[in-house]
Amino acid sequence: MPARRRALLVLALLLMLAVVSLATALMAGSIPLAFDAVAGAVFGQDNAATAVVQGLRLPRALAGFACGALLALAGTLMQVLLRNPLADPYVLGVSGGAGVGALSAMLFGFATIGIAGLSFAGALGAMLLVFGLAHGDGSWTQTRLLLTGVVIAAGCGAVIALLLSVAPEHKLRGMLFWLMGDLSQAVDATPALLALVVALLASLPFARSLNLLARGPEQAQALGVAVAPMRRLVYIVASLATASAVTTAGSIGFIGLIVPHLVRLGIGNDQRLLLPAASLAGGSLLVLADTLARTVVAPVQLPVGVLTALIGVPMFLFLLGRGKA
Amino acid sequence: MILEARNLAVSIGPHRVCAKLDLALAAGERLAILGRNGAGKSTLLSTLAGLRASDGGSLQLAGRSYEALGLREAARLRGWLGQDRNDPFASSVLDTVLTGRHPHLGRWSWESANDADIARDALRAMGLAGMETRDVQTLSGGERQRAAIATLLAQQPRLFLLDEPLAHLDLNHQMATLELFGGLARAGGAAVVMVLHDPNFALRFCDRALLLFGDGSHAEGAVADVLNEDTLSRLYGHPMRRLVVPQLDRPLFVLQ
Repeated sequence: MPARRRALLVLALLLMLAVVSLATALMAGSIPLAFDAVAGAVFGQDNAATAVVQGLRLPRALAGFACGALLALAGTLMQVLLRNPLADPYVLGVSGGAGVGALSAMLFGFATIGIAGLSFAGALGAMLLVFGLAHGDGSWTQTRLLLTGVVIAAGCGAVIALLLSVAPEHKLRGMLFWLMGDLSQAVDATPALLALVVALLASLPFARSLNLLARGPEQAQALGVAVAPMRRLVYIVASLATASAVTTAGSIGFIGLIVPHLVRLGIGNDQRLLLPAASLAGGSLLVLADTLARTVVAPVQLPVGVLTALIGVPMFLFLLGRGKA
Repeated sequence: MILEARNLAVSIGPHRVCAKLDLALAAGERLAILGRNGAGKSTLLSTLAGLRASDGGSLQLAGRSYEALGLREAARLRGWLGQDRNDPFASSVLDTVLTGRHPHLGRWSWESANDADIARDALRAMGLAGMETRDVQTLSGGERQRAAIATLLAQQPRLFLLDEPLAHLDLNHQMATLELFGGLARAGGAAVVMVLHDPNFALRFCDRALLLFGDGSHAEGAVADVLNEDTLSRLYGHPMRRLVVPQLDRPLFVLQ
């Protein structure tokens, strides 16, 4: 099958998965809703379900989708940028910076908006710090970038541990949930959705160049890719995508590392297909995980980051084993 | 002239590779670069490919500087084969070779059936027909090298800059590769620059040779003039003998 038609087919299937996952998220919960009631509520009909769907479930589901998609996209970009399959959105310290910001805000008793603001500021701070330090001698090699990022992330980890150890008992639970990733505080999906659209629009035009970048910077340059500006763009887009996701839902683990590999196992490593496909898959997986997180032991809500790992690990191992056979 | 260097100075760190290098390569010409490890052969080749800046002098590709050409236009004129073979992600051999088509495609266009045909021809030329769907990560060192050369062929440049094209290749494929580029130069009007380690290959498959002595000095000329016992003994720091073998139409250089 021609590559382009196959790509469209894969994307259509993943789009259906996304719709199914969102519909499931809207239907499931402490008040189970039928599909037509949900559909009616989403498309503006005023019925009994409207308040639950419009007010609670839809914003949370959309925020979850946007965060999952952002994390999977950022993970894919980081893996290409660092040419390292073990890279994830958090490897260069963006989530560490966000964590320091968010936990400080919680410690000082800021409201939700303050937590989001400081978390985003922390993420941007870590991103600029790593960018500046890695640029230090002008070389900006991937090893230097990786080492700088890992060290900054470790530093942020130490500060987070410090904040946790001085935090009063009643604030600890909220802080731990934030660190594990939690969508229950996500009230407005618009910023994350907007960030997703911008990140996709910024990275898709360069998708074929990214294929070359993944194979080696010198070869990419010889084939006509402006490597240095391209790597700066990828770093900034991936960092901002991560910052938006982390600000919305805390540092949800696993999605950014595993979803790109999961999708790669199925469709190969062509970034033109991989970037949108990983976004759709990451978004759907996070929505499904969050639906489980708030229903499986209801009324207790689990942190979604725990669920993403519990679903994803066996799924990934299964695909990995099948790929080898 | 496809490639023209005037007064070119190249150095890496404190090490001077060459100074005042004048080089002009026309269509159909093949140039061998010879020298010891660390003499700067690869550095010079990347400089000629426009991948790193020179320390002075001018460099022109088809009459224009790399700055004037831009990366994309330059990529349609010259191809560069590096030494690094490292694919962190799985990818089919065909997809890998298709990356050579990048400079010929528009931003949003995908590889056409024609591009796939070009890539398959390149694979066939390198003896990799039937390996299209293999994962590059499972290839042997020599097969990987041939896949890299096939990628370069799919790029269809007019100037080939080859850094140790024979690395990891068995004798059969060494000959096939050298004959292939010989054919491209003769029939296709391509110009070829290759870093080699065997002066006998240079003598047989190249028109000219550039010797980098490692101290910043160099010698350049027709292979028959520039390759002799004195220059090669100095080049490798080991006495070399020139043998005349009745069965061969050219002399043979051997280590003493």
